[in-house]
Amino acid sequence: MKLPPIGQLGPFIALLIACAIFGATTERFLTGENFSLILQQVMVVGVIAIGQTLIILTAGIDLSCGMVMALGSIVMTKFAADLGLPAPLAILAGIGVTALFGLANGLLVTRIKLPPFIVTLGTLNIAFAITQLYSNAQTVTEVPAMMTWLGNTFSLAGTNVAYGTVLMIALYLGTWFWLRETAAGRHVYAVGNNPEATRLVGIPTDRVLLGVYVLAGVFYGIASLLAVSRTGVGDPNAGQTENLDAITAVVLGGTSLFGGRGVILGTLIGAVVVGVLRNGLTLMGVSSVYQVLITGILVILAVAIDQLSRKGGR
Amino acid sequence: MRFIPTALAAALFAVAGTAAAQAQPVIGLITKTETNPFFVKMKEGAAEAAKAKGAKLLSGAGKADGDNAGQVTAMENMIAAGAKTILITPSDSKAIIPAIKKAREKGVLVIALDSPTDPADATDALFATDNYKAGELIGQYARAALAGKPAKIVTLDLFPGHPVGAQRHNGFLKGFGLAAPDAKSNELGKAPEVVCMAESFGDRAKGQTAMENCLQKAPEVNLVYTINEPAAAGAYNALKKAGKEKNVVIVSVDGGCQGIKDVGAGVIAATSQQYPLKMAAMGVEAGVEYAKTGKKPSGYTDTGVTLIAAKPMPGVDSKDVKTGTDLCWGGK
Amino acid sequence: MNDTKLVMQARGLVKRYGQVTALDGADFELRAGEILAVIGDNGAGKSSLIKALSGATVPDEGEILLDGRPVQFRTPMDARRAGIECCYQDLAVAPAMTIAENLFLGRELRRPGPAGSLLRMLDKKKMLEIAVQRMADLKVGIRSMTQAVETLSGGQRQCVAVARAAAFAEHVVILDEPTAALGVKEGNMVLELIRRVRDKGLPVILISHNMPHVFEIADRIHVARLGRRAAILDPKKISMSDTVAVMTGALPPEQIPAECLAH
Repeated sequence: MKLPPIGQLGPFIALLIACAIFGATTERFLTGENFSLILQQVMVVGVIAIGQTLIILTAGIDLSCGMVMALGSIVMTKFAADLGLPAPLAILAGIGVTALFGLANGLLVTRIKLPPFIVTLGTLNIAFAITQLYSNAQTVTEVPAMMTWLGNTFSLAGTNVAYGTVLMIALYLGTWFWLRETAAGRHVYAVGNNPEATRLVGIPTDRVLLGVYVLAGVFYGIASLLAVSRTGVGDPNAGQTENLDAITAVVLGGTSLFGGRGVILGTLIGAVVVGVLRNGLTLMGVSSVYQVLITGILVILAVAIDQLSRKGGR
Repeated sequence: MRFIPTALAAALFAVAGTAAAQAQPVIGLITKTETNPFFVKMKEGAAEAAKAKGAKLLSGAGKADGDNAGQVTAMENMIAAGAKTILITPSDSKAIIPAIKKAREKGVLVIALDSPTDPADATDALFATDNYKAGELIGQYARAALAGKPAKIVTLDLFPGHPVGAQRHNGFLKGFGLAAPDAKSNELGKAPEVVCMAESFGDRAKGQTAMENCLQKAPEVNLVYTINEPAAAGAYNALKKAGKEKNVVIVSVDGGCQGIKDVGAGVIAATSQQYPLKMAAMGVEAGVEYAKTGKKPSGYTDTGVTLIAAKPMPGVDSKDVKTGTDLCWGGK
Repeated sequence: MNDTKLVMQARGLVKRYGQVTALDGADFELRAGEILAVIGDNGAGKSSLIKALSGATVPDEGEILLDGRPVQFRTPMDARRAGIECCYQDLAVAPAMTIAENLFLGRELRRPGPAGSLLRMLDKKKMLEIAVQRMADLKVGIRSMTQAVETLSGGQRQCVAVARAAAFAEHVVILDEPTAALGVKEGNMVLELIRRVRDKGLPVILISHNMPHVFEIADRIHVARLGRRAAILDPKKISMSDTVAVMTGALPPEQIPAECLAH
C-alpha cells in the first residue's frame, strides 16, 4: 500500500507529537479515561466537520454550520417538550430542519449561483435569529431520555466509552468509504477539482452540489442530537464557536480549501488535535490562550504544507 | 382677511411651543446584544420605567458581544432622533470612548450600565453590579459550606483579560479568605488551594468540557467557582457523569431565573444575584431627571447584589430561593 | 465521386443567436477512416458546426445523419450515446485525480454482485486494467495510470484527453484544438496519437488553427466561411497559402482549381 503524501500524514504527526509532550509532562493524559473524554468533547464539532469537509471538497464553505446545529437541537427539544412529540419523531424533526437549511444553502448556490461564502453568511444569521426567537432565548431543560442516550457510556476494556463517540467514528468511517469507493463520492472530488470538466463529461454537477449541501445538513442535525445528549439540554446559545471550529478541523486535517483534495479521516484527526490541545494544556495548568495560539500556528502550517506539497508534484 | 392665515400660523406655533416645552424626554438604551436574557430584562425594565415616567425609550444593540461599531451607530442614530440621555452597556470599554465624548459634548447625558468604560469617568455615571462584591459573597458562603475541610478549588472563568471575569474571580478568592488581587485588577488571582483554572466562556457546553478536563487534573476537587450559571450547569453535568456531584460545592454569579431554579434543585449551592432591571430603571429615572432639571448623576452607584442560597450558612447572610425567584431575570 | 462510406452527414444546418446567424445552411460530410480538419476564421461558424454535431447546441433548421440515419441530439449525452466523443479545448480533466479515474469520469464501472449494486462500490481494478490496455493500444507512453493528471506534461495530458475520447467513441471522435499551447515535440506526440486513432478505424474531426499540423495529418480539409461550407480541399494538392486565402475569402471557391478540391 502506498504511503500517503506528507500533506496527509502531517495532522497525524502533529497529533502524535502533542500526545507525546502531554504524556511526558502530565500524569493523567495518557489514560483510556482521558482519551474517551476528549473524544466526547470533540464529538459535536467532529460530526459537524464531516458535513463541512464534504462542502469544502466541492470548493465551497459553510459558515452557518454551528448555528444550524443549534437550531436543530432547539427544534428537537422543544418539539418534545412543548408539542409533546415522541422522542424519535422530535429527533427526526430536528434533523429535518437542519437538512432543510442545507437544501436552502444548496439551492442558493446551484440555482441562483451565489458564492457559498455569501449564502452561508446569510443563513448563519437567519438560523441564529430563528433559534433565538423560537426558544425565546431560553434553554430547554425538559429533555426525554432517548435524546440523551448517546451521552451514556458503556464499558470497553475498563474504560467508559460514550455511544456518541462510537457513532461519530462510525459516521467518519462510512463517509470515508463512500468518498473512496463509490462513483458518487468520487464525483464530489471531481466537482471540487474541476467543475467545468465534470459538466462536460456529463456528470450532473448541480445535483452533486445540492446533494452535498443537503447531506451536510443531515450531519449537522446528527450533531445537534449529540449536543443535546452531551449537555442534557437544548441550548440556544450553542454552536457559536462551532462554525469556525469545524472549518479549523477540516483545514488541520489536510483538506484543501480550494476543493478536490483531502481525506475525511484527516478531519477527524484535526478535530481530535484541537481537543487534545485544550485538554493537555488544562492538565498542564497553561492558560487556554496558548491553545488558541498553537491552533492558529498549526492552521497556517497545514495550509502551507498543502500548498508546498502540491507545488512539488508539478 | 389676510390676517387669518398669519393668525392661524401664530396660534399653531404657540401650541407647538408649549408642547415642546413639555416634550417627552427621549432616552436611548444600547445593550451589547439583543438576545442575551440579561439585556432583554434590562430593556424590559427600561421600557416599564419609561412608560411610568412618560419618557420615550429608544433601544438598540450591537450584533454580538464585542461589536463596538454597531453600538456607535446606534448612539449616533438615537442622538439624531432627539435622545438626551444614553444608557449603554459597552461592548468594548475603550473603543466606545470617542463616541461617548462626542455625545457628551453635545450635552447628552451618558450613563454606563453593568460594565464600566475604561477609564470609568469617560461616562457621566456608572450603575452596575459590584462584581468584586458578588464574588466575595459566594466566597464567604463557600468557606462556610466547606466547614473547615481543606479546599481544593477549581475556577471556571470567562476568558483572559475580561474585567468582569477577573473581578468575580478575585472577589471569590478574597471572600473565601485567600490572598487575592484587588477590584481594579484584570489578572486572575492564583492560590495553592486552586488546583485547576479553565476557561468556560460563560457557556454551558464549554463549562462542561472545562470541568471534565479539570477533573482529570484534580479529581479531589470539592469546590467549584463558576463565572455564571450556564457554566455552573455545565460543570454540574461533568461532575454528575463522574459521580462526584454530591461531594462538590458549586457557586456562581448572575441570579437569572434558570440559575435560581438550579439553586433550588441543588445544582448550584449559592449564587450572587444581580439586577439588570434595576440598572435600567435607575438609568431611565436619571434620564428623566436630567431632561426636567438638567441635574446629572455622577460616580458609581451600586445596583445591589444579593446572595441566594437554598441552605443558609452560619455567619453568612443569604436570602432563600423564593426571594431569588421573585427577583430573578430571564424567563420564569 | 468517391463512394467511401459516409459516417456522418449534415445538410442545410441553420443556427441563429438573436440577430446573429452563426450557421447559414451549412453542409458537412465525414467519411469512414479519415481525418477531416475543419478550419475557418473566427466567426466563420466552425464552432457552431461542431457544437451542432456534438449535441452541445440544437440547430434551428437542417438535418444530421449518422451512418445514413437521421439523428437528433438534444444534449451532449445524446451524441455520446450515439457514439460521438468530444475532446474539448480545455481538456475537461480533474487534475488531482488519476489518469485511470479521469478516463472513466462519468462512466465509472461498478463491481459485480452485491458489492456493486448494494454498496455501489467501484471496480477500481478493472478500470485500471482497461485504462492500461487502451493506452497501450494507442501507444501512449505513460508509465503509470495511477499517477495524478497534474503530474503530467501538457502534451501527455492532451494525449490522455484524446485517448479518453478514442477509448469510448464508437463512431466519431471530435478534437477541438488538440495541439494548441503545445511545443513542437509534444505537438508531434499528439499528432502521432491522432493518426493511431484513425488507423484503428475511428474517423476524426479535427478543429485547428495550426496550418502545418492540419497539413500534416488531415486527409481532407473542410473550410467554413460565413456560416457555410466554402470548400473541401485536398491538402496534398493545394498549398497552405491558398488554403488560407480560401478561408479569408481572398480566393473565392469558384476560382479554386479543380484538382485541389477533394471529393
